[in-house]
Amino acid sequence: MAQGLTWTVEDADSMTQAEIYGEVLTQIGQQNEKVVALTADLAKSTKIGRFWEKIPERFYNFGIAEANMIAVASGMAETGLIPVVSTFATFASMRAAEFVRTDLCYQKRNVKIIATHSGTSFGTAGTTHHCIEDLSIMRTFPGMTVIAPADAYETARAVSAAIEMEGPVYIRIGRGFEPPLHKSMDFDFEIGKAIELREGTDVTVIATGVTVLHAVEAADRAQQQGVSVRVLDMHTIKPLDVEAVVRAVQDTRRIITVEDHSTIGGLGTAVADAIAASGKGCAFAKLGYQDEYSIVGYPEDLLHIYKLDADGILETIGLVLKQDFEQDENWEDEI
Amino acid sequence: MLSNKERKFLEDTARRLRERIVEVTYSCGGTHIGGAMSQHELLIALYYKYLNIDPTNPRWPNRDRFVLSKGHGGVGHAVILADKGFFDTALLDDFNKTGSPFGMHLDWQTVPGVDVSTGSLGHGLPLALGMALGGRLQGLDYHVYCVMSDGELQEGSIWEAAMAASQFKATNLTAFVDRNKFSLDGPTESIMALEPLDKKFEAFGWRVLSIDGHDFDQICEAIETAQAEKEKPVIIIADTIKGKGIDFMENQAAWHYAGVDAAMRDKALESIRKMK
Repeated sequence: MAQGLTWTVEDADSMTQAEIYGEVLTQIGQQNEKVVALTADLAKSTKIGRFWEKIPERFYNFGIAEANMIAVASGMAETGLIPVVSTFATFASMRAAEFVRTDLCYQKRNVKIIATHSGTSFGTAGTTHHCIEDLSIMRTFPGMTVIAPADAYETARAVSAAIEMEGPVYIRIGRGFEPPLHKSMDFDFEIGKAIELREGTDVTVIATGVTVLHAVEAADRAQQQGVSVRVLDMHTIKPLDVEAVVRAVQDTRRIITVEDHSTIGGLGTAVADAIAASGKGCAFAKLGYQDEYSIVGYPEDLLHIYKLDADGILETIGLVLKQDFEQDENWEDEI
Repeated sequence: MLSNKERKFLEDTARRLRERIVEVTYSCGGTHIGGAMSQHELLIALYYKYLNIDPTNPRWPNRDRFVLSKGHGGVGHAVILADKGFFDTALLDDFNKTGSPFGMHLDWQTVPGVDVSTGSLGHGLPLALGMALGGRLQGLDYHVYCVMSDGELQEGSIWEAAMAASQFKATNLTAFVDRNKFSLDGPTESIMALEPLDKKFEAFGWRVLSIDGHDFDQICEAIETAQAEKEKPVIIIADTIKGKGIDFMENQAAWHYAGVDAAMRDKALESIRKMK
């Protein structure tokens, strides 16, 4: 549990991921009067409406106008408030991108964005409502912390930790109907520190967000086939836990990244950068949307189609185990 | 109505600092001098008569806030902040130089007295609204003033903020339009027409005051009317002249951004000294 703030989520099993963050944020708001909640006509969809019910005097609905909302949040932060802004990821990260960059990151304002319906979690809404670009966009803004929690419990921990730290934070979650990864709130969570969910020596799957659960399932199935798979829950994309990545390269020499996001600029790119900088060679595969717009569909179908579920990850584990790579300093045999 | 003494003080200060803007423009190679001249009386009235600020404590929580939403007017703002004592005027010698605290658009993190960093148009009004709502929520009785250009009203985010300010009855926010009628490429009405501007803001729920933006009596009366308004946010549409005070620059879009050589500087100073 984060220091300073105390909150509990009772009856978590009957609450969706989004409802849990709404509940936790409300409890934090009741303890810290600096916390204000903002939305753009999505109070109900993003579940920040819970805050509205309980603390209406510190809740602001800006209508369907995201750019304005981000700049207003920046102004509020200048006065010492801690604005928590919630809207769909596609609007927070793209519609309002220049405001996030100029008014929050450049100006070092203490604003937290909770971006819901990320990836293809709102799959049937159509591609306008998918968001497979936000991790990439947000990573490039200096000073931005970028988190993609794996489930509701992690989201609650991330929201709490984000409010306790100074500076802009982007928390990317799904639509809120995703199944839980953790069984309770009782696990170590620290921004910038990966959680090792499975030990393993043959290959490491580094996953973020909703795909972490699938990575765990894939690892467990691989184990039955005699393949030892390490699973890292890389909930923080920035700052990246480089040490955990390099240790995984050192120990397993085969790395797969998985994200409900484009393979350009997100987790996979961040991990690839870390591996390249380490000077260590390894077999490597990035799972995500391969420079294409995701099609319409149920989220679970889309994760399957794009090989981001346990089946797809398991298949990729098989491929990566066969992938050749240079393990020593002699490259002659590679040519 | 201003006393003769007050009016003379404001006019003398405006003239003195206009000259300084010209000097900085000469020394740094180029500034947004046209817009700095059109906004000038609005900023002078605010900084020398109304803003409750403390140059020795620039981040005092209960200070009035000022947002230059038309961030390109930064040279005019910087000259005033130096004169008010936020920093040494000699620092302006480095204006726009490599490693300088001053870009053309001022940054709150490097220039004492600046409340928010502006430059990207269309941000200032929502930033100012955020500070107004933040102050009100925390029971702080400061006022927020925001000066926009007319060209930047073409940005959609201004109208998003205009809607929100009236929705939230942000009466501790007063906005100005420096209506000099030019943007970079030419007259606003031929590039992308803004009129009828007063009716647009009225329709968005604002109280609109239209004044001569170079007349201190009108400026001060409008500010005091805005301060007393308790129902609606107030916007003061200030009719101004781009390049005001420098005869060869007035109403010329070409002087949106430009440098001056020594001869032009001297001509500009001579023109300013002839102002009433």
